[in-house]
Amino acid sequence: MEGLLKPGIYFWQGNEACAYGAIAVGCRFFAGYPITPSSEIAEHLARLLPLVNGVFIQMEDELASLNAVIGASWAGAKAMTATSGPGFSLMQESIGYAFMTETPCVIANVQRAGPSTGQATKGAQGDVMQARWGTHGDYNAIVLSPNSVQEMFELTIRAFNLAEKYRTPVILLADEVVAHMREKISVPPINEVQVVNRKEPKKGDRAFFALEEVAPMPAVGEGFNVSVTGSTHDEYGVRFTANPEVHRRLIGNLMNKIESHKHEIVELETHNIDGCSTVIVCYGCTARTAYEAVEEAEKRGVKVGYVRLKTLWPFPTETIGELAQQAEKIVVPEMNLRQIFYEVQRAACGKAEVVALNKVGGGEMITPEEILRGVVP
Amino acid sequence: MSPRFIIRNYLRGLKFPFCPGCGNFTVVNSFLRAVYELGHYDLQGFVFCSGIGCAAWIPSPYFLADSIHTPHGRSIPVAIGVKLFRPELRVVVFGGDGDLAGIGLNHLLHAARRNVDINVIMVNNMVYGMTGGQVAPTTPFGTVTTTTPYRSFERPLDVTRLVATAGANYAAKWTTAHPKQFKESIKRALQTRGFSFVEIVSQCPTAFGRRAGFKTVAEMLQWFKQNAIPKEKAEKMSLEELEGKIIVGEFVFRTAPTLGDNLRQMLMEARKTCG
Ligand SMILES: Cc1ncc(C[n+]2csc(CCOP(=O)(O)OP(=O)(O)O)c2C)c(N)n1
Ligand code: SF4
Ligand SMILES: [Mg+2]
Repeated sequence: MEGLLKPGIYFWQGNEACAYGAIAVGCRFFAGYPITPSSEIAEHLARLLPLVNGVFIQMEDELASLNAVIGASWAGAKAMTATSGPGFSLMQESIGYAFMTETPCVIANVQRAGPSTGQATKGAQGDVMQARWGTHGDYNAIVLSPNSVQEMFELTIRAFNLAEKYRTPVILLADEVVAHMREKISVPPINEVQVVNRKEPKKGDRAFFALEEVAPMPAVGEGFNVSVTGSTHDEYGVRFTANPEVHRRLIGNLMNKIESHKHEIVELETHNIDGCSTVIVCYGCTARTAYEAVEEAEKRGVKVGYVRLKTLWPFPTETIGELAQQAEKIVVPEMNLRQIFYEVQRAACGKAEVVALNKVGGGEMITPEEILRGVVP
Repeated sequence: MSPRFIIRNYLRGLKFPFCPGCGNFTVVNSFLRAVYELGHYDLQGFVFCSGIGCAAWIPSPYFLADSIHTPHGRSIPVAIGVKLFRPELRVVVFGGDGDLAGIGLNHLLHAARRNVDINVIMVNNMVYGMTGGQVAPTTPFGTVTTTTPYRSFERPLDVTRLVATAGANYAAKWTTAHPKQFKESIKRALQTRGFSFVEIVSQCPTAFGRRAGFKTVAEMLQWFKQNAIPKEKAEKMSLEELEGKIIVGEFVFRTAPTLGDNLRQMLMEARKTCG
């Protein structure tokens, strides 16, 4: 693998960086179905995985893709798929299945303008709420938001590490802009890449599900006789379709294993936030122009705070709440018609004015000027 | 001397949830007998995948083995994921006609086309049993079901024939009135390298039989016997004569390379050219 991934400075496309990040963290299985603007992830992994004894397969649709990933994960693989809006919609049922069965896996959703086929080649940030609430029932989601080619690499690695640690599906919620642009990226020596692996069971272990702390996960074929089911089950994987207590305990523990580790999962990047009266809360490609606006404002002698959400879900409600205590105005630019805005508003509890700044269509980004107009009096 | 057939070596000891007289009992017995006769005295090395439905409950969680009970219709892609990553495991899929030939038909045909080395056993009770007896893609023309209260008006699909054409290395179809032949076909399927498919037309007294006009399980089995036409004989009959019949037998034997074989071959060549 060292040969494939020499440390150094590269000029990569975001999707390419995602593929290399996956290889670096030990992803050895990919199943997917072509869709713009995510296809380059599949194309790079089709080339790379065979070189590291991994498996690449193009499936007949996105339902098959995510389910093959889930099968491979139970066979012991670190596994991922990549898609965009329409395919992400098709995967929703199985995202819930992966959550319910505590199957580690990574789903890269490179957002494009929707709904439906929308504008297939144009960037957008319209899947933020779907990534959190897309499947049915009560669940918790881990969703990461990269804003650069470097982060397409780093957050892919982190997505796998979180998936393995918490035994849950993790969504890398990229967008067309970040996925298709090319920029400089620095690749560390492979032995410096942090790699987290799922907890292995000990001989004789029988409880592989629904524990208060993340349960150990056997692979099939190791003699553990593991019973995996998306139906409500006890810690042994035995189905209980009517018992209310079993359901409450299962869902409670599944929710809580993410909720109680929120402080380890949530990552933010902040700039200038102390004592600022105006703060921008942003994520993904929009954070790039937002940062430019912050710098420009500084040049004009106005200090504007900047908070970039590297994790969209779980949402840093407390941090935004504290911010609202000191700031007068929070501006939320998004390439959708208000999604994270409502979450920020909810967290702000009326303590600060929350202003939405939105733009959709044609992949046009919100410009630094547009943001400046919103933040500089 | 080989050990006796001891059913508890294969089961977790939980009570099967099937209605009295359900064909799924025949499927469990025939499958475990077949496995035993092939010299497996437990289910180690097997991985079972099944979707949603009564038939999909056959292995999960009752078999003392690894089992993955997947979303409705998705057992085959899960099985493919397991098999591609761990080729040494024996991956067996159980499912109903709705699970495998309704919502999951796309995956079934592509699995046959790929000739992936898994075994699929489809219990065709001609109805969506678990949900209360709605019409299925396999329901005989003219049958009363809960969603065809006057009678069904669509033609049923002969799934085994389709799977055989799509590229399976082995495909066979029997009914629960042919338990011996069914068991022998399971053995054949388990010994086949590549995609194998065994369909069993089965009785669901609860959700199908009653409405379709059968008073007892015995009546249904009698109907299977009377309507089953061996494949060889069917080949000499006209389409009109075959209307409403169940064509049984072995539909295909091939030794085509499997998906795994072709994948490994491709990898060897790729490594040579890439150094
Ligand atoms: C996506 C989805 N759609 C519908 C259902 C409801 N459902 C559960 S079982 C079933 C039918 C199963 O029929 P079949 O596969 O023939 O199995 P049987 O019960 O007849 O053995 C359906 C439609 C579901 N679980 N998931
Ligand atoms: S509903 Fe039909 S298929 Fe399901 S267990 Fe009862 S008899 Fe068997
Ligand atoms: Mg059925």
